[in-house]
Amino acid sequence: MKLLLPILILFVFSEIAPRAGAQDHSNQPAKRDTAYDEIAQAPAKARAKRNPLESDPEAIAAGRALFEQHCQECHGRSAEGARRGPSLRAQEVQTAEPGAIFWILSNGVVRRGMSDWSKLPAPQRWELVCFIKSLGKKPG
Amino acid sequence: MPLPKTFLIVVTVVGCAAFSAPASRAQESPYFVTYDHYLEEPGNLEIEYSSTFGTQRGGNDFHAYWAEFAYGVKAWWTTEFYLDGQTTFGDSTIFTGIRWENRVRPLKREHFINPVLYVEYENIKGTEKILKEVEGHDIEGDFAPSNGTLRKEHKHEIETKLILSGTFKGWNISQNTIAAKNLSNEPWEFGYAIGVSRPLALKARAKRCSLCPQNFTAGVEMYGGLGDRHSFGLHNTSHYLAPVLVWNLPSDWALRISPGFGLNDNSHRFLLRWGVSREISGFGPMIGKLFGRRP
Repeated sequence: MKLLLPILILFVFSEIAPRAGAQDHSNQPAKRDTAYDEIAQAPAKARAKRNPLESDPEAIAAGRALFEQHCQECHGRSAEGARRGPSLRAQEVQTAEPGAIFWILSNGVVRRGMSDWSKLPAPQRWELVCFIKSLGKKPG
Repeated sequence: MPLPKTFLIVVTVVGCAAFSAPASRAQESPYFVTYDHYLEEPGNLEIEYSSTFGTQRGGNDFHAYWAEFAYGVKAWWTTEFYLDGQTTFGDSTIFTGIRWENRVRPLKREHFINPVLYVEYENIKGTEKILKEVEGHDIEGDFAPSNGTLRKEHKHEIETKLILSGTFKGWNISQNTIAAKNLSNEPWEFGYAIGVSRPLALKARAKRCSLCPQNFTAGVEMYGGLGDRHSFGLHNTSHYLAPVLVWNLPSDWALRISPGFGLNDNSHRFLLRWGVSREISGFGPMIGKLFGRRP
């Protein structure tokens, strides 16, 4: 059990140590824009990708179910943003090309603590894109 | 040897946390031996209990089990702690040791092939039978002696792996190259593991359901030893082929099962593995708060 002590120290240190570049998205609106910088990193080829499920009537509902399972923990129940993830209702996201959002989902934003979601098959990631883009549409 | 108090305390505390904390549904990999390139979500803790039932020629069949605690330190770094034990039928039940592994993903983007570096420290007895990996000249005959004999052997081992993995059109293909060194002046030993898997459906359904095909991922893995530095190759090594299946339940649990078959006379004829896991979301920040980190 000698090994437990260094593991505990490492674990506690990693949790207490201030994270370089970490931001509180809910309390610091002035710095909010930096959380969306990664969208601009999406290559042109990825941006140009069309959403193959754009006209699928079930895609938004399926995307919502996936969001509830995998994303709301960090991005908030209504995707309004939380401590661990920025708002997906923000203009930066809603005006981004579907291909750019798909690229973010596929690659993650590792330096900001978002893992890549390529473990979800591509059609499920496109369903998530459909749901995220639907958040910006006015009801009715 | 009775299970140490620390083991029981850790299992009880973390077990309670698993039932009470908010869970998150990750897509669990179906593999037992092969690693793919997907790491834990940062701040999440995955708790898993797994078993290996194995047949044994020239000795008694056994049931080996391990508790696994995997924590996402960063999006690119996962650390895992294992507690292992086994019961040999007609013999005894024994705590066999601990292992601490770290997986680091050096590239920040998803590529066609994604490398992951793996380093593990093992402090185990000769009675270890979980067969989480097969390396060197590990063969069925090594497991035949009684626990009383095997427990005298003590191993401090460093194990490294190069994990190469990619996913294309829903198919995940993973290959692990293993190099392990017993720190008591024994030669480097080598092994391999290869896995292929795919979800039963690539699209999700709008309604939550337990038996939806997208909740299941099926595949197959093959693993075995490749000898050591002095006698590299397939001579006197064991190899296994094992279909794998994982069921990611909407109730935040994941169940895995894998019947494995020995491919040569040096291998156990049959291994049946199963595991149950749950991921606790935000475990790290929760602990951080206890130590005074501001939210």
